[in-house]
Amino acid sequence: MGMGARRGAWLRWVVIVAVLCLAGCAGKRTDALVFWTFGPEGEAVAQLLPDFERTHPDIQVEVQQLPLSAAHQKLLTAIAGGTTPDMAQLGNTWLPELVALHALAPLQRHVADSANVTSSDYFASIWATNVSDGQLYGIPWYVDTRLLFYRSDLLKQAGFDAPPRDWAGWRRMLAALSHPERKVYGILLPTNEYEQLLSLALQQPDPLLRDGDRYGNFESAGFERALTFYVDTFRLRQAPVVTNVEVSNPWEEFGRGTYAFYLSGPWNIGEFRKRLPAAEQADWSTAPLPGPDGPGAGLAGGASLVVFRASKRRRAAWALIEYLSQPEVQQRFYRLTGDMPPRRSSWDSPLLRDDVQARAFRDQLERVKPTPAVPEWERIAVMMQQVAARAVAGELTVDQAAAEMDRQADRILAKRRWLLDRAEAKR
Amino acid sequence: MSARRAAWLFLAPALLVLGVFFLIPVLGALVLSFTDYDLYALADLHNLRFVALGNYWALLHRPAFWAALGHTFYFVAVGVPLSLAASLGAALLLHSRLARCKAFFRTALFAPVVTTAVAMAVVWRYLFNTRYGWANHLLGMLGIHPVDWLGDPHWAMPTIILFAVWKNFGYNMIILLAGLQAIPVELYEAARIDGASAWRQFRHVSLPLLGPTLLMVAILTVSGYFQLFAEPYVMTEGGPLESTTSVLYLMYEDGFQWWNLGVASAEAFVLFLVMFAVTAAMLRLSSREQAGEAA
Amino acid sequence: MNPRLAKALVNGLLLGGALVALFPLAWMLAVSFMPPGTSNALPPPLWPANPTLDNYRQLFGHAGMWRYLLNSLLISGAITLLSLACNLLAGYAFAKLRFAGRERLFRMLLGLLVIPAQVAMLPLFLMFKYTGLVDSYAGVVLPGMATVLGIFLVRQYARGLPDELLEAARIDGASELRIFVCVVLPLLRPVVATLAILTFLTAWNDFMWPLIELTGQGHYTLPLGLASLAREHTEGTEQMMAGSVLTVLPVLVLFLSMQRHYLDGLLMGSVKG
Repeated sequence: MGMGARRGAWLRWVVIVAVLCLAGCAGKRTDALVFWTFGPEGEAVAQLLPDFERTHPDIQVEVQQLPLSAAHQKLLTAIAGGTTPDMAQLGNTWLPELVALHALAPLQRHVADSANVTSSDYFASIWATNVSDGQLYGIPWYVDTRLLFYRSDLLKQAGFDAPPRDWAGWRRMLAALSHPERKVYGILLPTNEYEQLLSLALQQPDPLLRDGDRYGNFESAGFERALTFYVDTFRLRQAPVVTNVEVSNPWEEFGRGTYAFYLSGPWNIGEFRKRLPAAEQADWSTAPLPGPDGPGAGLAGGASLVVFRASKRRRAAWALIEYLSQPEVQQRFYRLTGDMPPRRSSWDSPLLRDDVQARAFRDQLERVKPTPAVPEWERIAVMMQQVAARAVAGELTVDQAAAEMDRQADRILAKRRWLLDRAEAKR
Repeated sequence: MSARRAAWLFLAPALLVLGVFFLIPVLGALVLSFTDYDLYALADLHNLRFVALGNYWALLHRPAFWAALGHTFYFVAVGVPLSLAASLGAALLLHSRLARCKAFFRTALFAPVVTTAVAMAVVWRYLFNTRYGWANHLLGMLGIHPVDWLGDPHWAMPTIILFAVWKNFGYNMIILLAGLQAIPVELYEAARIDGASAWRQFRHVSLPLLGPTLLMVAILTVSGYFQLFAEPYVMTEGGPLESTTSVLYLMYEDGFQWWNLGVASAEAFVLFLVMFAVTAAMLRLSSREQAGEAA
Repeated sequence: MNPRLAKALVNGLLLGGALVALFPLAWMLAVSFMPPGTSNALPPPLWPANPTLDNYRQLFGHAGMWRYLLNSLLISGAITLLSLACNLLAGYAFAKLRFAGRERLFRMLLGLLVIPAQVAMLPLFLMFKYTGLVDSYAGVVLPGMATVLGIFLVRQYARGLPDELLEAARIDGASELRIFVCVVLPLLRPVVATLAILTFLTAWNDFMWPLIELTGQGHYTLPLGLASLAREHTEGTEQMMAGSVLTVLPVLVLFLSMQRHYLDGLLMGSVKG
């Protein structure tokens, strides 16, 4: 082979390597404020940012949108790997976990200096989920609780004028609206999502963990009642046994009337408004969660804005938090996503006050309960759902499932017990 | 520069990489598996405990681990024979004197091997969608009821096995084809003159001479299939009812989702030991069989 | 059996097999050109009635596929180049340079093959955490820079090189490095091509370690980006198929253009030394 051909080959490699290097440089991190969002909020933030960047020309924000299903794992991986962003949207049930990992920066000092963020304007139960050992680690961004979306037209057809207020009434409606032979069901409860069962469980007087959150408390009468109601819904074929892996488009199916109820969160107000045709918009509404006897409690969920301890741009992060906490911005955010603002002054606009579909959430937010504030909670909740799914499939009875949940929860909490005992021994 | 010094210099980069990024981590994993390294330890090393064989002991008492091991064995025990059968069948067809357009068929049958597993698993998920997927559409044309491929705990693993066979059979097909081509033509001629049918030729000429290749291919496939991960990660997320959670999937969840690195390391080591035992047993069995045949 | 019947049977089975092997690929390509929402219909359509490039435009515009594509190219390219260098040097040394303990060392290396790579992943992550390499290109490239299989492949091939040629060069006073670059490398060209394509395809398709190591979207490779979209359950079928096409097409084209080298490597790697 001649030298010319070989030189040509070398040249080609050099060009390829050069291109790759350039690509590598382009991929280098800029000095921007990195903000992680999970789920549809990211797109909304992107639309809110231009105004912020206009008033803060020195701050560049890089919003990274991560899938909601991977949120918990992504956060822990980033903490484990030391690659946390500057700030993030954080589900408030995960806050204790991140605090235990020393991952979050305390925010009390910033709030004290702030003219805009005042704790008294926020819903107290939601604000409280952001406080750990007297220290504040997050500013509530939006509130979220699970409640019922329902097809008012289908309910009316079946002879019900109003959504259910208690479990007995709910069960009657589910029975009337389910036609499993036609693949029509009263409700969609994806068997790999824990929020639905958890909402029912929080309506009970018994706590989910006992003895200072050292052991599981799933064999309590209250939890077993909730689990029984949940499992019965499947056994009576009022909900299909499917996971959200198979239901790729729940909005479309809800629109088609495959499900009359859908137990979900406020972001779906926006999704339904966006995805359902105009003609169907009058046919759905929302209602507070029915309880065992009368209106029940709900999950004190939602997301907070947090700043990571490792961030070198804490001041810029705080500036963005202040901007996103302004009532006007929260109202725009609500319009974009349907996410409910956490502060009372944000609810004062006619936009939210007069919104029928949002009103149920306001109502429900008066009755929300937090989940146990232990770092292991997410894992316990996932485990609870896995066992519950086995009960749904008929592998376990309700009693067996509850016992299995306690067994596994106790195992997960073993290290916590050891740490608590050690701390007590030291004292 | 002496040849010896040159040799070590030449070896240095590769040995360094393998040592630092493989050998040391493997030893590290062994050490890690004797500790309870978890989230708390990640935050503060004072929370780390040495637990000796505690993680292994706990694994033996954890139904989820046995279930994952069972699913993995299921995948291997059904998937490997099916894959090998498909590979051998395809190789025999390609080797047949009657086959036309061999180059085209070989490329077509091999194409799935080079595709990206993740991407094709995504495609597979849609093809096996209960409502709109082609799999059920074809069954419907034959008058068979739709199957809830990925949603039914009894069907999810078979669906993943089907995918694995589709994706991988071409690899072994190429190797077996080469093995077939290496068998001298005269042997077949002789058999034919003796009046042996095609089946008897296969049974008494091809199969015995292909034996060693087949064994090697089987061992490689077994150890590959034990490492099931990407398929359930994309297609089923380990469900439904954890029916597609393999040992590696469990290790990934325990290790990188819940950050129980100690437990996950123990799981990785148990998987390693199981793989080692199974492949060693295969080697032993086949050598005994050959010895038996020779006797 | 009637020979004509046998012929029809053999070719019919081959045709059926090829159809099964190619159908998912063809379907993926067809659906990727369908307008959003049109593939979920009964009976499932096979051909885009109104073909569109919207799905691709969406992917590149909004889902950041450019970034993933560049990352994939960069990581696979770097792994290929660097591992070629390491494996060629080591494989040649094992084949042709004499030193004490050569066979024992080589057998020990082969012994590493029985350990599944996943065993090393947990401590490797911790190692990279403490050195600040988590979520970096280097974290994916470094562990892939040498492979036992690659060394084995080169050794197998290099053993066939004539010793006289090397001796002649040594007598001429050439240094070992010079001999390697000027005499050995040109002779190793076939195995270089084979190893290059094998490594590139493996790196491109690799999933588990990048999934663990690359925590931020900025460094995602195509398979990671695609898996993340798939687990989000919000993108339509058509867009997912477009994403799959983008992920699969580069390697498929590469394979088709270098098929012979790839298959050679596959056969060489499977022959026990």
